[in-house]
Amino acid sequence: MSWIDNKFEEGLIVTSLDWAINWGRQNSIWPMTFGLACCAIEMMAVGASRFDIDRFGAGAFRASPRQSDLMIVAGTVTYKMASRLKRLYNQMPDPKYVIAMGACTIGGGPYFKHGYHVVKGVDLVVPVDVYVPGCPPRPEALIEGLMRLQDKIRHQTRAKDPISRVKEEVLN
Amino acid sequence: MADVVIESTPDVLMDLDKSGQGDVRTEEMLVNMGPQHPATHGVLRVVLRTDGEMVLESIPHVGYLHRCAEKIGENLQPYQYIPYTDRMDYLAGMNNNQAYALAIEKLAGVEVPERGKYLRVIFAELNRVASHLVAFGTYGLDMGAFTPFLYSFREREMILDMCESACGARLTYSYLTIGGAHDDVPDRFFDVLLEFLDYFEPKIPEYNQLLSFNHIFVKRTADVGVISASDAIAWGLTGPCLRGSGVKWDLRRSAPYEIYDRFEFDIPVGVAGGTDGIPRSVVVGDCWSRYFVRVLEMQQSCRIIRQAIEQIPDGDHINKKLKNLKLPAGEVYMEIENPRGQLGFYVQGDGSAIPSRVKARGPSFSNISILNHIGRGCLLADIPAIVGSTDIVMGEVDR
Amino acid sequence: MTSEEICDILKGEFGEAVTDSVMDARRPYVVIDAARWEEVARFLRDDPRMAFNMLQCLSAIDLLEDNKLGAVYDFFCIPQDGTDDVLTLRHHFAVRVVTDRDDPHLPTVSHLWPAADWHEREAFDMMGIVFDGHPNLERILCPDDWEGYPLRKDYEFPLEYHGIPGTTEHELTNPRH
Repeated sequence: MSWIDNKFEEGLIVTSLDWAINWGRQNSIWPMTFGLACCAIEMMAVGASRFDIDRFGAGAFRASPRQSDLMIVAGTVTYKMASRLKRLYNQMPDPKYVIAMGACTIGGGPYFKHGYHVVKGVDLVVPVDVYVPGCPPRPEALIEGLMRLQDKIRHQTRAKDPISRVKEEVLN
Repeated sequence: MADVVIESTPDVLMDLDKSGQGDVRTEEMLVNMGPQHPATHGVLRVVLRTDGEMVLESIPHVGYLHRCAEKIGENLQPYQYIPYTDRMDYLAGMNNNQAYALAIEKLAGVEVPERGKYLRVIFAELNRVASHLVAFGTYGLDMGAFTPFLYSFREREMILDMCESACGARLTYSYLTIGGAHDDVPDRFFDVLLEFLDYFEPKIPEYNQLLSFNHIFVKRTADVGVISASDAIAWGLTGPCLRGSGVKWDLRRSAPYEIYDRFEFDIPVGVAGGTDGIPRSVVVGDCWSRYFVRVLEMQQSCRIIRQAIEQIPDGDHINKKLKNLKLPAGEVYMEIENPRGQLGFYVQGDGSAIPSRVKARGPSFSNISILNHIGRGCLLADIPAIVGSTDIVMGEVDR
Repeated sequence: MTSEEICDILKGEFGEAVTDSVMDARRPYVVIDAARWEEVARFLRDDPRMAFNMLQCLSAIDLLEDNKLGAVYDFFCIPQDGTDDVLTLRHHFAVRVVTDRDDPHLPTVSHLWPAADWHEREAFDMMGIVFDGHPNLERILCPDDWEGYPLRKDYEFPLEYHGIPGTTEHELTNPRH
């Protein structure tokens, strides 16, 4: 949540502002090159010639977390990697989004039962916005996941959400 | 005069001292590269001790993708374990399936029908081409060239389409299994394959024009990270890393497994520059040689596929008598030539259906262990060139 | 050279150090006394009849019934005579060295074959075999503060690591062994 979010009462100006900001955000999601395992190859395929994720404004893969909006966790997260993953997530500027790509990041996948060194789902480490199932997911599936994330961004608002409004009323 | 104590000082620094330039105060720095870095091919972490631009030590740290594959192998039946082998070297799933299947067949004495053997060779070689295409494209990316990546992935998608038509998966196939190949190929598959080969083979000279003989690329890779033949053997390097050092060793010819003795193909090795159009600055065993061996190997794989299509007989694609496979007590060690080198499986059976020990020897594991040995005294910008030229896949290093 | 011939040479040279040999199996191997393994390894590398210049694989094994741990070494001999032809495998050989399970120690061979360096670290990490004389024997795959040796048959899976929950159902962790 960035500085502008969750600040204003709902109204015509906020709604128009929302539309403009969301339009900008959803069409320029810059992902981080965060390939961990097999899924990373499919993520590369998404960025390459046939699937071309640039069509959705998400083709500018950044090497640094400080320049990226989206972390596609592509591949198995291990205990050794988990602390690094958390640090990278913390280095990303707001607003930030996470796509959990593949069965391993969703819940340990094929390594659930005997994988003593595998984290059973990346949502135990960082919050996740969209889950993309598959082992590995096809590039089309990742593009679908990206479109669902765009849907999510499209419905964000700068207005105060009901919970914080109630909180405020109680406090006052 | 600075009091910098440097262990294992490279010769270059000694020479600086003698020439009187050693008065310049230098400070050592530890640079951490990875595990999240675009040029480390996954989650490799290299800790570099640098003096300015010069690398004094480059220690690789692995294990960020340790997925317990060996423990899983001790708990699953061989059929169930085949999908896990896909995920070891995820760029060459077919070759890994083949390696584990061969190890189990050797242990349990399983016969494979002729057509199954040919299908295995065709798909293993096809996957080798796909894997080398990724190596070619990403090595270009490492060196700052984006275009080769797009070209190589264009061709790779065609191979993936063919694999998909045979088994339904793009990356993790589980197609070559114990006793042969899981399914027969669809109708007209070989026509499509031949069409692809006709299309693909002329592309290789195009790649060479695009990247291999590009001046900037040659400057970045020639005479960088040189591995001598004896070092390569002592450190257990295999595959293009060994052949790049001029050792003509390829398990497909040196100790043929399956039916590789029925095909004619050459083993490309690294050669010194100045002949046959090889850039003058190239020396045997440098990054460029390792890279170029892969490009030449793609041609040889196409040759093997063409011969296999001509020879392939009709019949069963899998041994259909296999039911309730029991592994006898005993142990085997089976190695095959994977795109990265020799992939070995050590399997120990104990009379039940589940092996009691499965050990995978990943070629990348040995190939990357030499990094500190050759990374001494090179420049910081050479480290991605060296790491990229060994073409590691972390899934296989860490298993 | 066949494995039988290599085994005979080793028996002739080292006698008692070759404690056992299994020659009729699919993969023949000899068992070498751990105390003299370094000496035998040097012979395997330097003797011109042997000339095993490549250590292919080191597999650590857990022999739970005998209360032993073992290491299996696979050697290749790649001829280095500089011909233009394709080199062919001259011979290969496997050696097994066993040690006590409660206090596992084996001599290192990383000074003979640098390839053994990482393989021995892996065996230490996974099985807990201590290779005496190894220059840098620390965990390679698991994090440094990992507890236990995962590939031992009696290993119990961690229930949590640094606050991240592990396998929740404990009986699921290792059903077979």
